[in-house]
Amino acid sequence: MFRRIGGQCVATFEHDEVRVLRKVAAEVVGLLTDGMDHTDPVVSRLFPDIYPELPEDSQEFRLYTEGDLKTGKIDQAGAILAALPDEGEGEVRLDGEAAEAWLRAINDARLAMGTRLEIRAETDLGEELDEAVLEDPGSSRVFQLSVYAYLGYLQESLLNALPEIK
Amino acid sequence: MGGMALPQVAPVETPEIHEEPAADRPWVTIVWDDPVNLMSYVTWVFQKLFGYSKEQAEQLMMDVHTKGKAVVSTGARERMEMDANQLHGYGLWATVDRA
Repeated sequence: MFRRIGGQCVATFEHDEVRVLRKVAAEVVGLLTDGMDHTDPVVSRLFPDIYPELPEDSQEFRLYTEGDLKTGKIDQAGAILAALPDEGEGEVRLDGEAAEAWLRAINDARLAMGTRLEIRAETDLGEELDEAVLEDPGSSRVFQLSVYAYLGYLQESLLNALPEIK
Repeated sequence: MGGMALPQVAPVETPEIHEEPAADRPWVTIVWDDPVNLMSYVTWVFQKLFGYSKEQAEQLMMDVHTKGKAVVSTGARERMEMDANQLHGYGLWATVDRA
């Protein structure tokens, strides 16, 4: 988890955490680069219609803005990959700009996973995880739910480690 | 509006419309509640993007959370589109509508 040391947000990651974060960031990049499918609920959550009742206006706006938005999202996921140790455990130190990129990228990853996991306002993550473990402790859902919960804690710790906005 | 100072040129009958013409009404950027974004993150985005104080940003975030949506900016259509686009960059669910 992140803490502030001097002007930086610093965290030490275990081997497993590095692996998970690399995988999650790479998945976001993959989702954004392999010709995006707008019928995919994850894509429509990351790139919402700006005029929900005017599909043509939304489409026109998308035409002018989606390229840059996508590039920004790929870059911010890239900031996670760039700061992590290649393998094994290690320390990550982020300045203000990198911390912001991490926050946004973690958020995109949580949006993607949350959409796939069908997280709702009333979802209790602890209960959800208990149920999934009872069903099959080795399932992909157990893994996905744990990663989703972990990313939430990580994002919260990074927000707390940021200097106050003046 | 009183038209006393206006020259009387070819008076035509116009229906009395007190409502502002749609084209003059401002536009708004709306942020919608979603189950994934952390409350602290949404507050941070509002401070960062709109320069709100922490208290203002928290109030706005609570409006989104409890009422399901909130207007976060008001103005010309192009500016609202820009705001919504930036909010999408941060992963918030934003749309644009007439005020």
